[in-house]
Amino acid sequence: MKIHEYQAKQLLRDAGVPVPRGIVVKSADEAAKAFGELGGTIAVVKTQIHAGGRGKGRFKEHPDQAGVVLVKSADEARENASRMLGNTLVTIQTGDEGKVVNTLLIEEGVDIQDELYLGIVVDRESGGPVLMASEEGGMAIEEVAAATPEKIFHEPIDGGYGLHPFQATKLAFRLGMDGKAVRNAARFLPQLCRFFLDSDCSLAEVNPLVVTGDGTLIALDAKVSFDDNAMFRHKAFAELRDLSEEDEAEVKAADTGLSYVNLDGNIGCLVNGAGLAMSTMDLIKLHGGEPANFLDVGGGANAEQVTEAFRIILSDDNVKAVLVNIFGGIMKCDTIVEALLTAYDKIGFSVPLVVRLEGTNVELARKMLNESGKDIITAADLTDAAKKVVGTLA
Amino acid sequence: MSILVNKDTRVICQGITGSVGLFHSQKCREYAEECQPGVNVFVGGVTPGKGGTEVDGFPVFNTVEESIAATGANTSMIFVPPPFCADAIMEAADAGIELIVAITEGVPVLDMVRVERYLADKPVRLVGPNCPGVITPGVAKIGIMPGYIHTPGSIGVISKSGTLTYEAVWQLGNVGLGQSTAIGIGGDPIIGTDFIDLLELYENDPGTEAMLVIGEIGGNAEQQAAEYIKEHVTKSVAGFIAGVTAPPGKRMGHAGAIISGGSGTAAEKIAALEAAGVAVAESPADMGTAIQRAMAK
Repeated sequence: MKIHEYQAKQLLRDAGVPVPRGIVVKSADEAAKAFGELGGTIAVVKTQIHAGGRGKGRFKEHPDQAGVVLVKSADEARENASRMLGNTLVTIQTGDEGKVVNTLLIEEGVDIQDELYLGIVVDRESGGPVLMASEEGGMAIEEVAAATPEKIFHEPIDGGYGLHPFQATKLAFRLGMDGKAVRNAARFLPQLCRFFLDSDCSLAEVNPLVVTGDGTLIALDAKVSFDDNAMFRHKAFAELRDLSEEDEAEVKAADTGLSYVNLDGNIGCLVNGAGLAMSTMDLIKLHGGEPANFLDVGGGANAEQVTEAFRIILSDDNVKAVLVNIFGGIMKCDTIVEALLTAYDKIGFSVPLVVRLEGTNVELARKMLNESGKDIITAADLTDAAKKVVGTLA
Repeated sequence: MSILVNKDTRVICQGITGSVGLFHSQKCREYAEECQPGVNVFVGGVTPGKGGTEVDGFPVFNTVEESIAATGANTSMIFVPPPFCADAIMEAADAGIELIVAITEGVPVLDMVRVERYLADKPVRLVGPNCPGVITPGVAKIGIMPGYIHTPGSIGVISKSGTLTYEAVWQLGNVGLGQSTAIGIGGDPIIGTDFIDLLELYENDPGTEAMLVIGEIGGNAEQQAAEYIKEHVTKSVAGFIAGVTAPPGKRMGHAGAIISGGSGTAAEKIAALEAAGVAVAESPADMGTAIQRAMAK
């Protein structure tokens, strides 16, 4: 689960990690007022969306307006906010459709001496969380990783204890800090790692981490996402979820226990199992078609879920044909066909439907399909199914 | 011959009183009885607080330790709900279970970090979590795969996926090839047994003639497997990578991409496997014939 920067910063503040003072606003007037409340000569107006690259991002409605702006007066804060709120920001991470901005964070200006990079993720290879740090903070960190990976330092985090103080000190010296900054890092870094572990994060990124002129460390930006599987022990995080940032159909699918991702093609797919679902998409492409979605009904789908799955697929106007590919293991093929026929009657199909079944009780299932009298095209194997569904569009 | 599961395997199910745990314990028992008539392979189950009771002929114990003392079990199949799965795995390891097959889906990743550390110095193998399990056709199955599509033979199957593994096994059957053992390792970020562990076991198993490796986009386990194959595997290997056409997801931060320096695309993985001499199936419909190509080399 992703959360907004302002939410991440509040959680970090609660965990003892220094962040700039800031005020969350939802209108231009509030933005102007926030500038006054912060009391400085400069402030930063930051759009709050679930995507990075905001500083370089531009608005569809105002091509010159960036998603993060430094302002020097309350009026300037108001003007920028009015061009941001309700409008659509496009960044390298949003895709061409962009994201509508509903919330802004107005923050105090910070005396920046150094900008560093910090990130924590769980590393598959070492089997635990890893703290990554680099002197090359800022937006181009991925380029740094590709061109000069030696400039990114890795410290493994003990999954029980967290980051040991000596690891924090070692990193601080490697990052070129001295004096007071090193002592601050010895507190800041372990606290950030503790937060990652205690909150079941899947990502915690501070980019940039700012070192000020007097050696204070401040998280100038913060990106945090949580492990969905661990949310049962963090009930309070549920209210941080912003549904307006998520795809409506994908949320609906998830609520029904389905895994769905909307794509650009025109062949709807309903498959059991993620690997088989991806393979089905691959095969459709191999035979010249374009999948409209990824949809995994899981291992134990019932009639209700299959009906909902068809509803979601057919609610996409781009869908011109549907391919069902089921390898019934524990889920019996006749159960799927029964659900499929019920769904067929309930929803009504206006596009061709190709069905490929294999596995438990497949003979009975095929017989049910043939005797249903419905206009359903059956396929013998994977290749046959892909060819037939692509063929219906020719 | 086979790996991990053989005629000495005796299994308890942790979470046997749940509907899913019981259902699959029954299916596994049926399969084992067909393969080894008169032998009791699935010897019982564990549910704390329900010790001393019985469910459909399976004796239930409070702890894994008790179940081992009473039945001589050496293997555990885990179906407990995600919040308790890590603890169940550690309990099994502590009690002396040799092979743990964790089917449970949705275990928090930091729980698995702790499990990995706990298991590190113990003589135990964990398969999973979030996997279909292990089957040695003609002997026993521990997991949720349909038994009947498998036939005894000499192909060792390793897969990150569930139903795609069934598809692969079915295609092997269509070209007349049986399996020594077929294993789904699961696709979670942290898993107990990886490709390399199993490549090594199959390489040393006289009953395995060739291997089929099925991977997916994400991470770099397949690239590491390719390196291992190049250096250490003398038997024929075929492979398939799912997700060639999956579009890159919208990401939130950068950390996931920079951790391994690579993006885990299918193209990268396929190139690495081919460079290691693996016959990679071009299409998911071609997994059965790919292994024939590998063996003809």
